[in-house]
Amino acid sequence: MKNKILSFSVIIIFGIIFFIFYKGLEDSKIYIPDVNTKKEIPVFNTKEFFSGENVKSSSIFELDKFYLLNIWSSWCVPCRQEHPFLMNLNLENKLNIIGMNYKDNLKNAENFLKELGNPYKEIFIDLDGTIAIEWGAYGVPESFLIYNNEIIKKYIGPINQELVDEINLLIK
Amino acid sequence: MIYSLIGYYSLVIGLIIGLSLFYFSYKNFNNSDILDIKILSFTFLQLFFVVISFLSLIFSFVISDFSNETVFNNSHTTKPLFYKISGTWGNHEGSLLLWLLVLTLFIFLFLIRTKNQPVKYKILTLVFQQIIIVGFFLFLIKTSNPFNYIFPIPTEGLGLNPILQDPALAIHPPVLYLGYVGSSIIFSSVLAATSLKIISTSWASHIKNWILISWIFLTMGILLGSIWAYYELGWGGFWFWDPVENVSLMPWLALTTLLHCILVLEKKSILTSWVIILSITTFTLSMCGTFLVRSGILNSVHTFANDPERGLFILVFLFILIFLSILIFFFFHKDNDTKSYSFFWFSKETSILINNWFMMYFLSVVLIGTVYPIFLDVISSQKISVGPPFYHKLIIPFLIPFLLMMAIGPKLKWIKSQLEDKIYLISFLIISILLAFLVLKNFNQNILINTILISSALYLFFMTLRDFFSKTYKNISQNIAHFGFSLLILSILFNNLFASEIITNLKVGETFENSKTKIVFESVDQKKEKNYNAIIANFSISNSNGEEDRFSPELRIYNQPVIATSEADIKTTLMSDKFIVINLVQNQDFFNVRYQVKPFMLWIWLSVILISFGGIVSFLQKKS
Repeated sequence: MKNKILSFSVIIIFGIIFFIFYKGLEDSKIYIPDVNTKKEIPVFNTKEFFSGENVKSSSIFELDKFYLLNIWSSWCVPCRQEHPFLMNLNLENKLNIIGMNYKDNLKNAENFLKELGNPYKEIFIDLDGTIAIEWGAYGVPESFLIYNNEIIKKYIGPINQELVDEINLLIK
Repeated sequence: MIYSLIGYYSLVIGLIIGLSLFYFSYKNFNNSDILDIKILSFTFLQLFFVVISFLSLIFSFVISDFSNETVFNNSHTTKPLFYKISGTWGNHEGSLLLWLLVLTLFIFLFLIRTKNQPVKYKILTLVFQQIIIVGFFLFLIKTSNPFNYIFPIPTEGLGLNPILQDPALAIHPPVLYLGYVGSSIIFSSVLAATSLKIISTSWASHIKNWILISWIFLTMGILLGSIWAYYELGWGGFWFWDPVENVSLMPWLALTTLLHCILVLEKKSILTSWVIILSITTFTLSMCGTFLVRSGILNSVHTFANDPERGLFILVFLFILIFLSILIFFFFHKDNDTKSYSFFWFSKETSILINNWFMMYFLSVVLIGTVYPIFLDVISSQKISVGPPFYHKLIIPFLIPFLLMMAIGPKLKWIKSQLEDKIYLISFLIISILLAFLVLKNFNQNILINTILISSALYLFFMTLRDFFSKTYKNISQNIAHFGFSLLILSILFNNLFASEIITNLKVGETFENSKTKIVFESVDQKKEKNYNAIIANFSISNSNGEEDRFSPELRIYNQPVIATSEADIKTTLMSDKFIVINLVQNQDFFNVRYQVKPFMLWIWLSVILISFGGIVSFLQKKS
């Protein structure tokens, strides 16, 4: 009898340990150290634009590469203006353009890309605009030049030829 | 390409052999006069195919066959041959193949070396071992196939992590695995012996050798890892309480305890429950280590891949094994209460039992420190990190009684002891305390806990030293190991107490000077090697006695993958190590210079070698 209670409780304990390890596996344990520079890019979890799968900021931004995070929306007129410049920038191999689709209707956004082309290496969704707040964005469009997980430069408003040249110079 | 095919299909064949062995075992078990020759030959074939598979992976690495994904991810044509080969196990897939190799090797050796034990026991051990082996075959083939094919074939590989390109680390995994995975055979045989209720003194002396083998390799494996950390990581330490170090320490603690228990079991046929539980614990902790390290649940230099599917597989498999062993333990093992043994409080068994509890305490401290952050993260999503202060505070005070027990315990006769030679016991204690006090006084380090610690370590030191010259005392292997342990503790203590460190930023041509040391940064050279470029800084360092040493630490920039590492320059002498390492200060001409003088560094390594030498002596003694 005593033995049964003992074995039962041992099994329960290991069951709990199993459960905790199992839960622990679910999220990736790449610890991002807290660096107190304001320039460090914010960390976020959201959904991928086309697949709807969960993505993490850490899986999008790698070290040693240049990224241009572009906040856009199909309802935003200046976004249409800047789009050809983004398409041009995309020709530059060293730069990965990441799109943040801001408070948008997915159907409209897809049509927008079909019409004007897709310069983005990856797009993720910011449905309620909270991620954009984290990034300290004022509105759409806005772009952040990122290197080594740090924001090098922030561009408020649409990208134009002058800015394209500047970005090209920066990533040289 | 062809090697990958051979390797892959060898694995599949090995798996099929493993499954068929269950069938043969079942048939043989029911009519078990002699061990079926088929079982023996199939076990050999399984080992053979795993060896073939392993060799094909090595060949793929040697010829830089980048159509193989593992080779592509972990090798590069410019790597020296030595590191191409060691790259085979320097990654997740290859190291698991190594697991499998050791698993199959040990069961084969077990079957041919085990004599005078019931056939049923051998068969059952094989079955339990095959459960583990088949599990690992499935794991390898399903989630971590080392022979994945990539097309189009890349012309160049991604390269091996430069910090893994080190001689000590190249042989660290195989040695460690012989200990780690070797404990599987103890696990299997204990489960078999428990199921058949044949745990006895003769079984104990038979399994003792296997425990010794695992223990020796595990000790050496940990030592190699530690030496690597000291030379390569450039932090000037040898043990960091990093989770990965902890997961190798935990099986070691369990295995060491088991070793002591099995000695009692061999003589007195007691402590059977201890032996069973510790055998299960040792292997489970080894598996658990693999899980923690490979699943990505912890992050460290050993995390090769963060693939949740892999983690899940090991986790489920690990707990199947745990539940299986719990069931067997509670179902078959009846503690023979009838023969209940009255322990005399002042006997060798009692002292071993007390030391067992100390070891279990150390084990739980390490276990809690390692897994508690994971638990906390899951339960409250708080992230904490448990560092050296935690371990030091919880472990060091308990080392004192532990060391004293180690000194006195072996002197007690098996059942009852009369303290015949109390005089030397006490006089050594007084000498140790005085000596410790004098040493610390001399160096203005008079802290109470240090005095007590050093006294107790010295006490063990003198006691074991005396026994080398004692005629009546014969247990030489134990004496060597305990002597080594006292030396280890003393070296670590002196190393910590009397180490000195200078950290400063210097430009080329500048000089740093304090009352004891003068550091002159003379020049900087450049060097080009096949797989890295190096900046070599030349220092001349003189101490107050006017002795001058020249140092040339390096900063290496490896080309594949591009990673910068600091190579420390270390001057080792019998009494102390001088250790210098440089780092670039971002965007400036300054170099960050760290110069350390670490007394008795060499003795830390030597004493661990001495400890495992004790094991080797014990192993050889049994043979004759």
